[in-house]
Amino acid sequence: MYKATVVIKRRPSILDPQGKAVEKGAAHLGISNVRNTRIGKYIEFVVDTNDKQEAEKEVEEYCKKLLANPIMEDFEFTLNKES
Amino acid sequence: MKVPKFGVVVFPGSNCDHDAYYAVKKELGYDVEFLWHKDRDLKGSDVIILPGGFSYGDYLRTGAIARFSPIMNEVINFAENGGKVMGICNGFQILLEAGLLPGVMLKNKSLQFVCKDVYLSVENNNTVYTKGIGKNVLKVPIAHGEGNYFADENTLKDLVANNQVVFKYATSEGNITDEINPNGSTIGIAGIINKRGNVLGMMPHPERACSPALHKTDGRFIFKALAENIFN
Repeated sequence: MYKATVVIKRRPSILDPQGKAVEKGAAHLGISNVRNTRIGKYIEFVVDTNDKQEAEKEVEEYCKKLLANPIMEDFEFTLNKES
Repeated sequence: MKVPKFGVVVFPGSNCDHDAYYAVKKELGYDVEFLWHKDRDLKGSDVIILPGGFSYGDYLRTGAIARFSPIMNEVINFAENGGKVMGICNGFQILLEAGLLPGVMLKNKSLQFVCKDVYLSVENNNTVYTKGIGKNVLKVPIAHGEGNYFADENTLKDLVANNQVVFKYATSEGNITDEINPNGSTIGIAGIINKRGNVLGMMPHPERACSPALHKTDGRFIFKALAENIFN
């Protein structure tokens, strides 16, 4: 079994109004040096196979077809063997 | 005149399905049926409406999960065979996720949910949805948090070159300005059509502007144009 962790980021060319608004909040708190706040997603799940290649293929497909929208998002994932 | 039969898809979380049903049936007098998202039968519909709402709670991304509903396979086949599909608000977002229309929706620039009447400039009056509409500007409400249309430069060029931008946000005189844009949508896009001209997506709600009792009736023009053009 593998544990998958997926990080989905907004592509650099896409504006992130949410990140901008959050950064304004930081300024109100007196946190003044943070820049380029961008908000993404962190997703974790297990993949029920012991074949790493199969797991990779399935996670890739899950990311491409559902978890991320390639028009506006990039994704990366890691797989860790679990006993 | 033969009138079209409409099918309104009901996803979990749709909340404009009854508005669409009511507008089409009671206000315009066309035949209409609800289509359950788990079914695979389009019940002989000539037009499929994907209504507004928050299908699947807008989880992950708007429209991302609804796009894989069993009925969507049929809707995609129907569209690929030239069937008329109209996505309103969340329905537009579902069409984008399904790849039936290009681009994505981002959060409104203001980050706020915007609910108000807007004016739309009819940019292409030669589609099945707008031919003979007789007006250049329509007053129709919007109600969305993610209506900020985005497409990459090449896609946008294509949309413009092929006259696929059908509606833009405008002033009551039909001028398109940055100030009037309610959500930050690229070049003020409010509605687009696919290249073939059978799949329309629009963020504004024409079904909420069909009743004289609401003092808003410009939505009727779109449904009427469709009914008049669909079999020609």
